Amino acid sequence: MNHLMEAVSVLLDPDAWSGPSGFGARMLEHLWYTGLALLISAALALPVGLLVGHTGRWRALAVISSGMVRALPTLGVITLAALFVGIGLTAPMIAFVVLAIPSILAGAYAGVESVNPATKDAATAQGMSGWQVLLRVEIPLGLPLIIGGLRNATLQVVATATLAAYVGAGGLGRQLFLGLRTQDYPLMLAASLAVILLAIVLDALFELSQRLLRRRMGVV
Amino acid sequence: MKRMSAAAAGLTVLALSACGGGDPLETDDDGAEDTAAENGGALTVGSQQYYSNTVLAEIYAQVLEQEGYEIQREYEIGQREVYIPELESGAIDVFPEYTGNLLDYFDPENEPGDAEEVHAALGEALPEGLEALDYAEATDQDSYVVTEEFAQEHDLQTVGDLAEVEQDLRIAANSEFETRPYGIEGLAETYGVELELVPVEDSGGPLTLGALLDGEVEVANIYSADPAIEDNDLVILEDTESLVLPQNVVPIVSDNVDEAAREALLQVQAVLDQQQLLDINSHSQTTQDSPGDVAQWWLEEQGMLD
Repeated sequence: MNHLMEAVSVLLDPDAWSGPSGFGARMLEHLWYTGLALLISAALALPVGLLVGHTGRWRALAVISSGMVRALPTLGVITLAALFVGIGLTAPMIAFVVLAIPSILAGAYAGVESVNPATKDAATAQGMSGWQVLLRVEIPLGLPLIIGGLRNATLQVVATATLAAYVGAGGLGRQLFLGLRTQDYPLMLAASLAVILLAIVLDALFELSQRLLRRRMGVV
Repeated sequence: MKRMSAAAAGLTVLALSACGGGDPLETDDDGAEDTAAENGGALTVGSQQYYSNTVLAEIYAQVLEQEGYEIQREYEIGQREVYIPELESGAIDVFPEYTGNLLDYFDPENEPGDAEEVHAALGEALPEGLEALDYAEATDQDSYVVTEEFAQEHDLQTVGDLAEVEQDLRIAANSEFETRPYGIEGLAETYGVELELVPVEDSGGPLTLGALLDGEVEVANIYSADPAIEDNDLVILEDTESLVLPQNVVPIVSDNVDEAAREALLQVQAVLDQQQLLDINSHSQTTQDSPGDVAQWWLEEQGMLD
């Protein structure tokens, strides 16, 4: 309990937030890593997921391979990647993308599959092409699940981005590792609380966007 | 439902008490103390959770076995907070340690000094019933390392020489390097050397080494007993001002260890120089043999086993 109080007082100290290695700068780095990892993994996983959902092909492959990838320990991926590409942001970014892809992929194909087959048939019967069905029917109707996948991926990456500091990059992991190595547990706890805070804020934003979406679509 | 949770609680209690009774150190304590007091026959050797330390423990153990002592092995104990009390209580009798770190444990406010001074200070800081035998020449300590190429290019021999280098310098080290006395602040104060820390958290392991070899940093913090230093022709910069606390290998022994046993350990200490420790670690890493095999190999090389 004592550590917790000290950790809170670390976070309430304005000095701890300023400067190039303060909590403020590290939090921005942390956000930037999270955003970048999501952007890359969404660019890779969304098209594949939508395609799998739309065509129904390679579904088993997508399910099995993303399941296998989920089992990879992220620290191991970072270390292995860093042995090849060196220290810095590249290795952790590879690991974060690997971490984020399964959730986004699953969200995408599940979203498309969730659309009522009768609705798709109706769209086709009205003369829509396959692309039009995908873009105008399946994606809009599957959006809550697609965004759900992004939401899961975001939570995983924001919580794991502390590991970037293991190989010389920044982010809130810097404070976390410094606290760990010097037995400064209040600092370590403060960094953890900052990550939790970030995760809650990001999750709340997703919740908000999903609610707005549902309201627009007329689903309550 | 209530009955279920009561049963679960009962099981938990059972499991916990089983754990308590199963503490191997507890039982060894009695056994070791009795026999050692009576005929000086049985001793317990411990080691840290670090392969090099376990090999050293095994070397001590085999030398003692050769002298006719019966040895119990308690290896791979993680933290000093765990094994020091076991040493103090007499549950462990012999433990390979490092002078500086152990001094830091007993006397965090100690004054930095050279190997001799640190060993003397350690002798005073150790609690009643424990003794530090002579330290070996071999050390396993933080060291500032550069590539041979970089050392030649800038004519570097000591840490202080880094101050003359006309470029921004980066050092790969654990993040604790930011605040430790031998870290970037200490380097700036003592040597006037300004370094930018690139934190790599594998304690001088392959990632730190890779960063140095790839030129992503100019300096790296690698332990002086790491065979990677020799394998990659790295140059250890001499710490002329003793910024880094010396970490000479030293056996810590309890009162149960009699004169003959101490003599046997001192024979090991006498030959254990830096090259020998590097050879031991290198052999251990390349062959991946068990600590027992590595210890036996080294002792045979030294002609210390019959």
